[in-house]
Amino acid sequence: MSPKVRQKKVPIAEQKPEERIRNFDEVCLGYTMEEAIEEGMRCLQCKNAPCVAGCPVTIDIPGFIKALREGNIDESWKILKNATNLPAVCGRVCPQETQCEGVCTLGRGKDFEPVAIGKLERFVADWKASSGDAPAPAVRRGEPKGKVAIVGSGPAGLTAAGDLAKMGYRVKVYEALHEPGGVLMYGIPEFRLPKTIVRREIENIKLLGVEVEVDTAVGRSVTIEELRSEYDAVFIGTGAGTPRFIGIPGTTLNGVYSASEFLTRVNLMHAYRFPEYDTPIKRLKNVVVVGGGNVAMDAARSALRLGAERVTVAYRRTQAEMPARVEEYHHAVEEGIEFRWLTNPVEYVGDERGWVKAVRCIRMELGEPDESGRRRPIPVQGSEFLLEADGAIEAIGQGSNKVLLDAFPELKLNRHGYIVADPETGATSVEGVFAGGDIVTGAATVILAMGAGKNVAKAIDEYISAKRLRAASR
Amino acid sequence: MHTILEKKLIAPNEYDMWVEAPKVASHAKPGQFVVVRPTSKGERIPLTIADYDLKRGSIRFIFQAVGKTTHQMARFEVGDSLSDVLGPLGRPSEIKKWGTVMLVGGGVGIAALFPILRELKRVGNYTITVLGGRSSELVIMKDECRRYSDELIITTDDGSEGIKGVVTEGMKVASEGRKINQAWAIGPTIMMKFASLAAKEMGIPIWVSLNPIMVDGTGMCGGCRVEVGGEVRFACVDGPEFDGWAVNWDVLMRRLQQYKDEEKLSLEQYMAEVESAL
Ligand SMILES: Cc1cc2nc3c(=O)[nH]c(=O)nc-3n(C[C@H](O)[C@H](O)[C@H](O)COP(=O)(O)OP(=O)(O)OC[C@H]3O[C@@H](n4cnc5c(N)ncnc54)[C@H](O)[C@@H]3O)c2cc1C
Ligand SMILES: Cc1cc2nc3c(=O)[nH]c(=O)nc-3n(C[C@H](O)[C@H](O)[C@H](O)COP(=O)(O)OP(=O)(O)OC[C@H]3O[C@@H](n4cnc5c(N)ncnc54)[C@H](O)[C@@H]3O)c2cc1C
Ligand code: SF4
Ligand code: FES
Repeated sequence: MSPKVRQKKVPIAEQKPEERIRNFDEVCLGYTMEEAIEEGMRCLQCKNAPCVAGCPVTIDIPGFIKALREGNIDESWKILKNATNLPAVCGRVCPQETQCEGVCTLGRGKDFEPVAIGKLERFVADWKASSGDAPAPAVRRGEPKGKVAIVGSGPAGLTAAGDLAKMGYRVKVYEALHEPGGVLMYGIPEFRLPKTIVRREIENIKLLGVEVEVDTAVGRSVTIEELRSEYDAVFIGTGAGTPRFIGIPGTTLNGVYSASEFLTRVNLMHAYRFPEYDTPIKRLKNVVVVGGGNVAMDAARSALRLGAERVTVAYRRTQAEMPARVEEYHHAVEEGIEFRWLTNPVEYVGDERGWVKAVRCIRMELGEPDESGRRRPIPVQGSEFLLEADGAIEAIGQGSNKVLLDAFPELKLNRHGYIVADPETGATSVEGVFAGGDIVTGAATVILAMGAGKNVAKAIDEYISAKRLRAASR
Repeated sequence: MHTILEKKLIAPNEYDMWVEAPKVASHAKPGQFVVVRPTSKGERIPLTIADYDLKRGSIRFIFQAVGKTTHQMARFEVGDSLSDVLGPLGRPSEIKKWGTVMLVGGGVGIAALFPILRELKRVGNYTITVLGGRSSELVIMKDECRRYSDELIITTDDGSEGIKGVVTEGMKVASEGRKINQAWAIGPTIMMKFASLAAKEMGIPIWVSLNPIMVDGTGMCGGCRVEVGGEVRFACVDGPEFDGWAVNWDVLMRRLQQYKDEEKLSLEQYMAEVESAL
C-alpha cells in the first residue's frame, strides 16, 4: 500500500458532547471542501471496487470520489443522483460499516480505516444544495405514460415516485400523516437528520412533477378499490410502524412509552419546543430505554436532550450483537448514556399514582445461536434487580402498519403480517398492486427501502407498458 | 385546506362546527372519528364525526372547549380553515338489526351517539335513547335525537328536565320489564364506566367509545393503548368502541391524566396571549 495514504479517516467536525446533549442541532458538522478532497485522496480507485458491490443501490463510489477530488462537484453529484434519490439522507443514516465501508479495500490494511464514503456522499449532496442552483422543474413532454398511485411517503414510496415521474408517469403520493417523509420525518431525530434536509429532498422529488397528498389514510380516506380504478398501478410502501410491546406487567403505567410515540412527539410534533408547539412530552429525569437498535439510540439520546439526568439503555444481548449503527453507539457513549448489557425488563413497577417508578430487570446469558445466527439470550434464574426510573421507553421493534392491510383482505400476507411480494418486481397477489420497503421486509434500512422503490418502479413501468401494448394490439 | 362552513355555540363552552373535508365525508360511517390539527404548530386531537354531508363534502363535529387546542378552535370563525383533518379513523359501529337497542349519551358524547342512533333506526331497530347532563341546557341535540328515537328519556343532575339523577337512573327506567339486545354508552369516562357497570348488572351487552390521548390516530404510536379484557389494545385502530364490561376504567382514567401539568401551562399561556391581544 502506498505510504502516502493516510491510515485514518480525515477527522470530521462534531458538536462537543457536553454542548450537544442540551440541543437538538445536528451532531456531525460535515467536511469542508479541503477536508473532503483530502479524504477523497485516500480512495485507491480499485478496479474491482468491492464498495460498489457492498452498496445496496450500487452507487459508482470510485467514480463520484474521483470527480469530487478533481473538484468537479457537479459531476460527482450527477453520479450519485444516478443511483440514489436521497444522497444527503443516505450519507447520514446508512450503516456504512456493514455495507460499502465494511468491504472497502483500504480498510483491509492493518491499522487502516476505510474511506469515509458516507461522509463524502453527504458532503457532495450538501454542497450541491447550498450552491443555490436549484434543480429546474422537469417539464413533462406529451401525454403521461400512465398514472401511478403511491401509498406512503417513506424512502420506498418517495424513491418509486421520483423514478416513475422521471420515466414519464403521472404520480401521486398519498400520506396518512400531515407531513411526508415516513420515518425520516417522524422517527429519526433532528440531531441526526435535520428535517430541512428531508424537506429539501422531498421538494426535489416534487419538482419532478410528483404530487403529494397528505392527511390521507389509504383504506380509510380513500379505498384501495378507488385507487385501483383511477390508476394503472398502485405501489404500497406503508412501512413497519406499529410499535411492539414486550407485554410485561405495568405496560399501561403512565411514563411508559413506545419509542415510536416518544420520537413522534419529539420529531413530527416538535414537542421538544413545547409550549411554542402545542404537543407536550414528559421531561423525564431518569430514563430506562429497552433495546439495542437505532431506535433505542435515538430514544435515549432524545431523552437526554430533553433534560434527563440519567439515561440507561438495557439490552438483552451484548455490544457485539447490537444492531445500531456504530457511529450512533459511539456518540451515545460520548454523551454519557449508560449501557446495561445482558439485561431484560420483566416488570414496570408503579407508584401509588400509577406512574412508573422502577423497572424490574433480569440478567441474561447467551446460549445457542437462534435463527438469526446470534446467540439466544436466556434469563438467569434469581438474578432480578430494580433500576429506578421515572420513565421507560420500549424500542424492541415494530410490526406492519395495519390501517391499509385491514381494509384490503385480498392482499396476501406472510406469517409475520408483512405483504408477500416478488423480491425482484414487488408484484403482490393482487394484479396491478406492488409493494416494497419495510412493509415487505419488516423493519430494515432506508437504503433497502430505497432500493425496493427503485426496482419496483422499473417493474411498474414494464407492467404498464406491456398492458398498453396488449390493449393496442387488440 | 378545511374551511369552516358553519359554527354555533350550542351549550356553554360547546361548539357545533361543519367543516369542508370531502374525502372524510364520502367515507365516514357512524362511530368513526377524525384527527384535527388546527394550526401548523398545533396538536393533533381526535374528534368524533357527528354527521356528514356528501353533497357539500363536509363533516360536522361537536366539541367542548377544555384545553388550549379546543379553546383555540372555539375562536375560529366561519371562513377560517383548519390546517389538517385526517379520517375517517377507527372501526365503525356494528350497525345491524339487533332488535331493541338502548343508546346512552352524556355531554359532547351525545354528538358521537347521534349518527349511530340514526343508522340503527334506519335499519329497523327499536331505539330507546337516554341522554343525561348536569342541567337541561347541557343536554345537547335533544330534537335531533328525538327524531330517530322510539323513546327518549332525559336525566339531569339538578332535575331541571326529565328524571332527576344520572343516566343509570334513565337506563333502569328504559330497561324495566323488557329485553334490550344491545346498548351503547358514549360520554365522559366516568359516565361510561357507571353505565357499563349498570348494563352488566342488567345483563345487557354494551359498547363504549373510549377517548384516550392520541397522537397519530393510525396505530403508529401506541399512546392510545387501553386495557380491555386484560389485553392491551390500541383505541385508534382496534376501537374506539370496545365491550364496556371488559374495559379497565382505572387505566383509562389514569392515562388521561398524563399531561395535566403541561396542559395547564399551555392553556394559561394561550389565555394570556388572547387577553393581551384584546
Ligand atoms: C427511530 C428510527 C431510526 C432509524 N434509523 C435508521 C438509520 O439510522 N439508518 C437506516 O438505514 N434505517 C434506520 N431506520 C429504519 C428506516 O427508517 C426504515 O427502514 C425506512 O424508513 C423504511 O422505509 P419505508 O418507505 O418502507 O417506510 P416508512 O419510512 O415507515 O414510511 C411509511 C409511510 O407510510 C405511511 N402510511 C402508512 N400507512 C398508510 C396508509 N394506509 N395510507 C397512507 N400512508 C400510510 C406512514 O405514515 C409513513 O409515513 C430507523 C427507523 C426508526 C423508526
Ligand atoms: C376517539 C375520540 C373521539 C373524541 N371525540 C370528541 C368529540 O367529539 N368532542 C369533544 O369535545 N371531544 C372529543 N374527544 C376528546 C378530545 O379529543 C379532547 O377533549 C381534546 O383532545 C382536548 O384537547 P385540548 O388541547 O383542548 O385540551 P388539553 O388541555 O390538551 O386536554 C384536556 C383533556 O383532554 C384529553 N386529551 C388531551 N389531549 C388529547 C389527545 N391528543 N387525544 C385525546 N384526548 C386528549 C385529556 O384527558 C386531557 O386531560 C375525543 C377523544 C377521542 C380519543
Ligand atoms: S473499495 Fe474503498 S478504496 Fe476501493 S474504490 Fe471503493 S472506496 Fe475506494
Ligand atoms: S394514536 Fe397512535 S397508535 Fe393510536
